[in-house]
Amino acid sequence: MSTDNHDEGHELVPAEPLADPGLPEHLPRPTDVDEGAAKRAERQVATLFGLSSVFALLFCVSYFVFDIGDDPDTVGGLGASNVFLGSCLGLALLCIGIGAIQWSRKLMSDHEIVEFRHPAASPQEDRDEALAALDAGITDSGIGRRPLVRNSLLGAMAVLGLPAIVALRDLGPLPGKKLEHTVWKKGMKVVQDVDGTPIKPDMMEIGQLVNAEPAVFFPQDGEPELSGHKILAEKAKAAVILVRMHPDDIKPTELRKNWGVDGILCFSKICTHVGCPISLWEQQTHHLLCPCHQSTFDLADNGRVIFGPAARHLPQLPLELDADGYLVAQSDFTEPVGPSYWERDRTDLK
Amino acid sequence: MSAVSNGTTPAATPKPNPAGAVANWADERLGIATATKKQLRKVFPDHWSFMLGEIALWSFVILLLTGVFLSLWFKPSMGEVVYNGSYDQLRGIHMSEAYESTLHISFDVRAGLLMRQMHHWAAMLFIAAMLVHMMRVFLTGAFRKPRELNWIIGGVLLLLGILEGFAGYSLPDDLLSGTGLRIADGLVKATPVLGSYMSFFMFGGEFPGDVIIPRLYTAHILLIPGLLLALIAAHMLLLVYHKHTQWPGPGRTEQNVVGYPMMPVYAAKAGGFFFIVFGVVALMGGLMTINPVWRYGPYNPAEVTAGSQPDWYMGIAEGLLRIMPGWETHIFGVTLSWNVFLPGQIAPIALLMLVLAYPFIEQWITGDKREHHLLQRPRNAPTRTAFLAAMITLYGLLWAAGGNDILATVFHLDLNTITYFMRGAIFVIPPLVFILAKRWCISLQRHDNEMLLHGYESGIIMRDAQGGYTEKHLPLSEDRAYTLTARARDEVYAGMSGEDANGVSAPKARMDQLRAKASKAWFATNVQKPTAEEFEEAHHHAELEHAHDAPLEGHAADGHQFDGRHDVAGDDLTHKH
Amino acid sequence: MRLLTRKISARLSARRRSRLAAPAVLILGLLAAGGVALAMNSAVSPATAHDSTQDAEAIKAGRALFAVSCSSCHGMNAEGIITKRGTNYGPSLIGVGAAAVDFQLETGRMPMAQPGAQAVKKRPVFTEDEVAAIAAYVASLGPGPAIPDKEAYDVSEATTEEIVKGGEFFRTNCTACHNFAGTGGALPKGKFAPSLIGVTGKHMYEAMVTGPQQMPVFSDAVLSPEDKRAIIAYLKNQEKTPNYGGFDLGSFGPVSEGMFAWLLGIGGLTVAGIWITSQTARSKKTIKKGADA
Repeated sequence: MSTDNHDEGHELVPAEPLADPGLPEHLPRPTDVDEGAAKRAERQVATLFGLSSVFALLFCVSYFVFDIGDDPDTVGGLGASNVFLGSCLGLALLCIGIGAIQWSRKLMSDHEIVEFRHPAASPQEDRDEALAALDAGITDSGIGRRPLVRNSLLGAMAVLGLPAIVALRDLGPLPGKKLEHTVWKKGMKVVQDVDGTPIKPDMMEIGQLVNAEPAVFFPQDGEPELSGHKILAEKAKAAVILVRMHPDDIKPTELRKNWGVDGILCFSKICTHVGCPISLWEQQTHHLLCPCHQSTFDLADNGRVIFGPAARHLPQLPLELDADGYLVAQSDFTEPVGPSYWERDRTDLK
Repeated sequence: MSAVSNGTTPAATPKPNPAGAVANWADERLGIATATKKQLRKVFPDHWSFMLGEIALWSFVILLLTGVFLSLWFKPSMGEVVYNGSYDQLRGIHMSEAYESTLHISFDVRAGLLMRQMHHWAAMLFIAAMLVHMMRVFLTGAFRKPRELNWIIGGVLLLLGILEGFAGYSLPDDLLSGTGLRIADGLVKATPVLGSYMSFFMFGGEFPGDVIIPRLYTAHILLIPGLLLALIAAHMLLLVYHKHTQWPGPGRTEQNVVGYPMMPVYAAKAGGFFFIVFGVVALMGGLMTINPVWRYGPYNPAEVTAGSQPDWYMGIAEGLLRIMPGWETHIFGVTLSWNVFLPGQIAPIALLMLVLAYPFIEQWITGDKREHHLLQRPRNAPTRTAFLAAMITLYGLLWAAGGNDILATVFHLDLNTITYFMRGAIFVIPPLVFILAKRWCISLQRHDNEMLLHGYESGIIMRDAQGGYTEKHLPLSEDRAYTLTARARDEVYAGMSGEDANGVSAPKARMDQLRAKASKAWFATNVQKPTAEEFEEAHHHAELEHAHDAPLEGHAADGHQFDGRHDVAGDDLTHKH
Repeated sequence: MRLLTRKISARLSARRRSRLAAPAVLILGLLAAGGVALAMNSAVSPATAHDSTQDAEAIKAGRALFAVSCSSCHGMNAEGIITKRGTNYGPSLIGVGAAAVDFQLETGRMPMAQPGAQAVKKRPVFTEDEVAAIAAYVASLGPGPAIPDKEAYDVSEATTEEIVKGGEFFRTNCTACHNFAGTGGALPKGKFAPSLIGVTGKHMYEAMVTGPQQMPVFSDAVLSPEDKRAIIAYLKNQEKTPNYGGFDLGSFGPVSEGMFAWLLGIGGLTVAGIWITSQTARSKKTIKKGADA
């Protein structure tokens, strides 16, 4: 089929092959020519509007009839209040909507009308007038003749941006070294999350996982309690998991040889990708999966990344036993936990 | 009613109005008669695809209504309280006031749970409807001059809608919303140079801090809705000023707009549609659980749930984040996390820029500076349609990648295999879809020309004297044939000719060559509508064929008029001769 | 194999040190003697129920069943079988305990119908008595977790405090794999954490103490039996809790919600839009019967 209808430099627009036959004839609807049909449509629409009020009233009844709270009414295992309120409201609204549209389709005049378009641009004379007015304004202001006024004003406006930025300074403190440290320190007990049970090695079996926290979140009598926000901010960095593997399965680096106790290792629970807490541990493969973006770490191999978008290994907390035989930290984490950031130094596994 | 008078009804019929007194009162104070005399009978053309944007508009109204209801009880505070409400599985647990008040709305305010769920469903529909509306505008070329600015407003509305949605998702301070904020914190921290500062300024210190929820609340109920409202108003005003686009057809040209008047038909249809959208949202809120925050529990940075997902509109960012390989650069004591920075910041901004710039890119390639008020059928812009098909495919793949764990669970697939597959698929499948869609469009264009020149396939098989069989083609109706030809011919930009190029600087000439190449790629394979000569020839051919078939005419099987293209009222199947 | 036996022996030593080893052995004896029916009856004290003849008979019957149904993968003496490539064909069962046998057989995971990433739940093959016999046999090979007492997972009397506590433990230890609603989640390489909906309290308990397949162990010494019962109580309570907000759409979170928003919401409203803008029936002149134009 021919596509190229015009030669280079020689614009020849072919004539339109078919002429516009004009708007088609308007055909009446049954409701236009049959009074009976029109009456039926009218009754139909009125019934829909009437039904709407019934459902609106039923909504009010449901509001008072169905209990919520402690001992909610149910219908087929669903919350009765929500189901009835939603259904009644929905049907009340739908009846109005369907009724209005049925009205417009069957009973309102359906003659299409034509409006003519105008170009989006203003007429040339309006444009000229506007430009003239603009010119007059600029001339009157003298902004063209007095560059000193113009430039100093522009300068002042630009400098005014500074207060706008400076005023936002107190949105938050500066990071400082906060991202590099957690509450872990030498001798802090590793305790089970939720109830604060301190853990001895013989409490854990091979293949066991314990979601753990530093003991500071579970103060003993007399110890000062951290406030709610402080706990959340510290938990967001200090949460750990304890896992026990067979010691022979673990391949620690030279530095990490004495970071575990009888095959029990402690890793940060905060993913190095974007910070989700990870505790999805496969006890046979020793792989730890992040449920947010599926980064997978091998805990038998120093928390190395084996799959997914994370770029760095999972930080490990060095463990030892205290005098009573409980698992405690040897120190804080030796590197920042959680997601990467610009100033973060050191990436290689040691 | 004759054909001539149809369409010539005056746009503003003066009629005695029962509300006249009120109108007079108002006009004497506001002068609204001048402003409304044309608008009241303003013409809106009818087509189902024009309703998609309305879904978004009405969802927004529902969001405002339900949002006000929720704000009567919601406490945007991270202050710690002990839960003592009706949901006993959480009683006695420490939680933020935001989460506690969300539980209160859900369990102790009648219709509160309904409003919460309607609010959330309406938000999902709001963004989904904006997206399909945008696809409609794209596919039909409705973004072309003079509507480029409205396209940009629309793009910004979509972005604001997504941000608004994310802020709302974070407010209840349940486990899922906190996990979302934690990921947002990770994304922010990956910003080169400023990352950790931005994070500390956002959260008022270390994540999660105690200010993020009140800050997001201000954004969610004041800042972003205000911007949305203003931009929606601008979007509507421009729509009224430009007048709605329409499909070409008999009597529907670039110079006019044919349809029903605002008062009463369009008002009834649009108003009725509002109630239908509202009704559907109420039914969804009443019957379908969305975000059961009480099951997630309060936010705790040491907890997470399998299937941690953002709402659907963040799905592609989530997908990108999931399939991105773990690339990170460590140099001169600083870290640059490509694995987070690229998918989390660069990709969304690049995508947004592409969307906003698209009308201008296409205009540059096609060199088309005319105003367009008639819509194009997607097949008549094969390259653009194929581009969107490829983009939808990419979107779909990333979306699926963002739910890879759910796909693995529900369909018993291998999580890792899905991820590996997606890493390749996003580069391989969209181009294939592009080629396929483009060829498909061109075939459809050919098919249109076939029908125009040789008629449609009637389904009537003719047997000739030699025993051969042919299918009889019948001509299209005049209206249909005209509609198919009512489109512009594409002109490939050939570049500046030799003498024009003299004196043009080298970079400019290179750009010009690039443009000519792009224009060729864009248009050259398109099929143009037949010319008048081709019609003439086809007509001649048809007459010959007719003469050839004439001996058979008397024996034609009856019934071909029941082919759905002829008016058959009153006809029956009996032979009349 | 090498790896597994080492693991088992380590578990053995850990068990021996455990404070709970003695009662565990007692309960084992009880189970071996009387099978599940007796075990359920917690009113009978372990000492009086013990009968060495029955014990020996059950072990003998169990060994016979094991030889027929299990040994092709786990070896004639439950020592496990290694493939030529050195991977496990069927792991050793020495020291896995009666609880592991009970869990795997009663949920139908064993015997496996075919090799795969993970054994799946299906209709059990063995009767109660047969399971008890095989459990007795495997338990006789070495000490391991016993089938829990009914008290350990009976949550009919659970208080609100217990349920709340169970919820906290559940969200901390379980949701990462099994999802917030216990509907399950994906693990690497085609493995998955199964749904917990409808799983009996006994099987939940057994899974926590034995760590079937990839699931980690949650020993009684760390996560106390009371805590375990609280988790079971929370889950059972969740099963009874009505869906306040309507149908739960599978409880998979935002992915299924998004799907419904598109299919029902946008889909349904588009259909409404098509109806609103469609041509109404036309009538030709005064003919009453309309025909589509």
